[in-house]
Amino acid sequence: MTGQYYPILLEALQVIIVLLGAPLLVGWVRMVKCWTQGRRSAGLLQPLRDISKFLVKDTVLAHNASWIFTATPYVVFGATLVAGAIIPVVSADLPLAATADIIALVAIFAVARFFTALAGLDVGTAFGGMGTSREMMVSSLAEPAVLMSVFTVSLVSHSTSLSYMVHDITTVSFVLRPSLAFALLAFVLIAIAETGRIPVDNPSTHLELTMIHEAMILEYSGRHLALIEWASMMKLFLFASLGISLFMPWGIAGIDDPGMIPVALVALTAKLALLGVGLVLVETGLSKMRIFRVAEFLGMAFLLATLGMLSYFILE
Amino acid sequence: MPSPFDLVSASIVAFLFISLVSAFLARHQRFLVNFSSLLSAAACLLAATGGFLAVLSGGVEAFVLPIGLPDLPFYMRLDALSGFFVTLVGLLGFFVSIYSAGYLRGFLDRRSVAPLIVFCNIFMAGMILVLIADDAYFFMVSWELMAVSSFFLVFFEDEQVQNRRAAFIYILIAHIGAILILLSFGIMAGFATGFESFRGYTFEAMRSAEMPAVWASIVFIAAFLGFAAKAGVIPLHVWLPEAHPAAPSNISALMSGVMLKTAIYGILRVGFDLASEPQWWWGGMVLVFGLFSAVLGILYALMQDDIKRLLAYSSVENIGITLIAVGLAMIFAYVKMNTLAALAMAAALYHMLNHAVFKGLLFMGAGAVLHATHERSMEGLGGLIHKMKWTAPLFLVGCLAASGLPPFNGFVSEWLIFQSFLLTPALPGRLLNLLIPLGAAALALAAALSARGFVKVFGITFLGQWRGKAGFEAVEVNWPMRAAMMMAAASCLALGVFPTHVIGWLDSVPQSLVGGGIGMTARASGWLWLTPVASERASYSAPLVFFFIAFVIGAIYLAFKARRVNVRRAPMWDCGFEKVTPRMQYTATSMSMPTRRIFGFVFSIKESVRAVARQGSLFFPEKYIYHLKVRDRVWNYLYKPVSEASFYFARRVGKLQHGRIQIYLLYSFVTLVVLLVFA
Amino acid sequence: MDVNFAAQINGILAALILLTSFGLLVQKRVYGLLHIFAWQGLFLSISTAVVGYSTGLHHLYISALLTLALKVFALPYILYVLIHKLHIHKEVEDMVNVPTTMLIGIALVIFSYDLMSPVRELSSLVTRSTLAVALSTVMLGLLMMITRKKAITQIVGFLSLENGLFFAATSATYGMPLVVELGVALDILIAAFIFGIFFFQIRTTFDSLDLKEMEKLKEEE
Repeated sequence: MTGQYYPILLEALQVIIVLLGAPLLVGWVRMVKCWTQGRRSAGLLQPLRDISKFLVKDTVLAHNASWIFTATPYVVFGATLVAGAIIPVVSADLPLAATADIIALVAIFAVARFFTALAGLDVGTAFGGMGTSREMMVSSLAEPAVLMSVFTVSLVSHSTSLSYMVHDITTVSFVLRPSLAFALLAFVLIAIAETGRIPVDNPSTHLELTMIHEAMILEYSGRHLALIEWASMMKLFLFASLGISLFMPWGIAGIDDPGMIPVALVALTAKLALLGVGLVLVETGLSKMRIFRVAEFLGMAFLLATLGMLSYFILE
Repeated sequence: MPSPFDLVSASIVAFLFISLVSAFLARHQRFLVNFSSLLSAAACLLAATGGFLAVLSGGVEAFVLPIGLPDLPFYMRLDALSGFFVTLVGLLGFFVSIYSAGYLRGFLDRRSVAPLIVFCNIFMAGMILVLIADDAYFFMVSWELMAVSSFFLVFFEDEQVQNRRAAFIYILIAHIGAILILLSFGIMAGFATGFESFRGYTFEAMRSAEMPAVWASIVFIAAFLGFAAKAGVIPLHVWLPEAHPAAPSNISALMSGVMLKTAIYGILRVGFDLASEPQWWWGGMVLVFGLFSAVLGILYALMQDDIKRLLAYSSVENIGITLIAVGLAMIFAYVKMNTLAALAMAAALYHMLNHAVFKGLLFMGAGAVLHATHERSMEGLGGLIHKMKWTAPLFLVGCLAASGLPPFNGFVSEWLIFQSFLLTPALPGRLLNLLIPLGAAALALAAALSARGFVKVFGITFLGQWRGKAGFEAVEVNWPMRAAMMMAAASCLALGVFPTHVIGWLDSVPQSLVGGGIGMTARASGWLWLTPVASERASYSAPLVFFFIAFVIGAIYLAFKARRVNVRRAPMWDCGFEKVTPRMQYTATSMSMPTRRIFGFVFSIKESVRAVARQGSLFFPEKYIYHLKVRDRVWNYLYKPVSEASFYFARRVGKLQHGRIQIYLLYSFVTLVVLLVFA
Repeated sequence: MDVNFAAQINGILAALILLTSFGLLVQKRVYGLLHIFAWQGLFLSISTAVVGYSTGLHHLYISALLTLALKVFALPYILYVLIHKLHIHKEVEDMVNVPTTMLIGIALVIFSYDLMSPVRELSSLVTRSTLAVALSTVMLGLLMMITRKKAITQIVGFLSLENGLFFAATSATYGMPLVVELGVALDILIAAFIFGIFFFQIRTTFDSLDLKEMEKLKEEE
């Protein structure tokens, strides 16, 4: 199987995992959430059913919507899927992982966000503008923390290339590193903010005053909505698997080790399932915070990441 | 085959010729516009080609022009560094010349454009002369030529009082800077040959001069502050947001795009070439100034509602980003990590190239909006994407590039700067190791805030619904303007997608300045992959990112096309309110409200809300009047005391004025006696 | 457990102590403050025990137990009772806002690191790298005392400062002699009681625990 087709097969497998795994992860999170709240869940496959329903429905556009509005779902989906083809999920050997290092990856997500923000302003409702303004605030405050977290991780692995970071952590013998622990904590906070989960944003709210992401995409319907929803599910999936690859990649198939892929798949599923439960616990335990508390929340992420960097130099 | 220097000097002659001829063609305005634009474009191409070849070959060409004062000939020199900046001037000049052919038509029925064309060409010639001057005297002459001609350009629409004020502040700060630069050259010349001979004024003599470290540092600080005043580095930036918007848009593009870069050229020339070895704390100083300019520049930019002011502040930010890279290069060069110094230097140069192109594009786009609507404030714009079907996407490209988003060019250079930051743990000083990452975080903040700023610019200006006077119909601008913007946008994409080629080309500049290069390592894995130091460290493949995003978009588009669904148009969602008007949209001011609140301590904010109540009723106000004024704090803390002090001294000195001729004669007499005694 | 691994664990604990110090700086609720302080005591106690185990100095176990009893249970409890009895406002009031305090804190950590690097070069103990953290804890405790308005938060700042000193002693010289430690522990306990009495006094005099009121104590001009 290590023939010339191996990289292509691996890449195809990766893309399929991202495309299908994302709705399943979201379904799992919703299911667990229902259980913790004593409700009956709609099942693991409900997000997939939602997407397929949106795909066949008619599309309604506002009178004032321009091409930015119709182009945005494609760009968002495209950028997110490309990010999905870059983050090593089951094998460190991912051929396209070298296309972008972690900084470029953050920028690819930023492309998607930029267009979503523009789409929020396009129709000219007050909601869209509100969502855009808030989203850009959250993302701009998250950025220093992201960079600091990346800085800390790259101090340890001497690289920002995703494949090599994964490879480095899996092959070097285990060392307790406070820097990585801090970076992980910071990363969790950032991921919560970037994927729009409680306590920063609530993906299931449609209450005017609390929406961020939902406010920007309020006008979408039909297949456009399908693309946007799917992309945001992928984003959650990708942040989860990015965290897994950077901080707990054990079990992932190493370079030139295709035999490990089934094991890696099982490990990935288990880790994601656990992460999903953790996410549900966080979301059930906390309430959404006031919008200007988000600044403090992200300041905390920055502080943690900086402490990670400092403790690398001081303690290691 | 003419040498690069021949091409560049031919372009200078051409610029001077155009400005001379234009002065006599003032009667044939329409002809003048077309003629001068065409010729300037050709001259710019000459300059750009010359600069391009000079960088490509990496050679040095020197020439002595035996004119000027006796015994003080003009020395000229074209090396890789000059060549790089000449390319910048030529490239953006080319776009802007074509743009001017269309843009200046807007003035034809209002005023004569002859002065604009005359000074614009002198300005171009002045900039190129600054870059190729190889002695202090010629440098200062060219520097003044550039400053004065651009002063007249800012002054062009002189009927508005704020334009006159802007031009005055501009020329004032430019000259304070010039004095500092002169001082720094003077010290270097003194050390080169002493003050007995004029030989020391050539850069060649300064290069070989042996200076004690203290004096070298004084030279660098004076030069840095002098050039920083021209570059708009915070806190010496106050002229910039006044002068750049005041000038006509084609000139703003040139000023922001390339004139600021000549100041960076000066910093590089003095720091790496003339003042012998850079010290590490020079780099630290440049880095800190850069960080402040980057973060504060973009924060101030976010507060603006005038498009051109916003873009001008964004130039402050980008100059800051460039200086960050320059500072890192200095620090690396000090510890003799030549490859890393070359990386940071290449990042700085690349960022200047990128900024020239995208800021040129954005100013041209802002000019197009101004041309079409005569409205500079975003609060009176909106929905232009429906009317200006060409300008909108082109402006969007500029916004994406300026926000540092792949696959456009702004991202590549920011990525390179981040890579230089990530390599700083290799530095020996442990305190530096701890402090520099905080700088990287500040840069990340600036980059993210700039995305926020450009979402605002594009979103409020082009998207949503028209906020201005009812019934006004904007029309798309004419073809030359569109063509120029298209070329600039195409360059943004090309510079973003083929970074390995660009880095291979400009590698001779760091080679000559810091003695190291990244041309080989950057292309080690082929032209598809940009690997600044090694592929294990980091890699980015712009072509693949671009291709795959385009591929996915295309694939979905085709898949959707295969199975059509109905697309209906309907009113937008209004929560059942039904009376939604364009005035209920988010405005530029409301977009930036979170930033105002979180970073409020940076600005001096005056905000007031007043309810105008119907007679007798406090509870049902008829309307609210909201007033907001956000200002630079720098004005109050730095400039106001200085200007008040100078007024105070001026009044004191003014007492010498008596108006009686005898007293003036007495002054002269006393001076004469004093000089005779002490000389 | 070999020495290296113990050093790693100690490193993690040092990092956690640093984290709790910052936690004290950013925490907005008084009860939260006490919880974080208790956690800090716990980490300190574990760290002392780990150092004791890896070096074989058994008197450190007693220090660890003492720390556990005093700083994790006794002092937080006393403060809790005080807050409860005095009906102290539940929000921490600060004079400098949280992000600025945080940035100053980061600067202080860098400063302490720079200050301690010569010592780090000289020392040969496995715990030497935690010295910078200990000094930072002291500095952050002081910073907390400077930037907070209420007396109760100043006590917590003071106690956290003392934690830093204790930590410094453990990491620089493997702990102070037992007698000294017992003495210090007793001092702290007594200090806490005295503070308590002072609080009652301050409150009966000024009707508030806001230290701003103390400004009235200067001589009138």
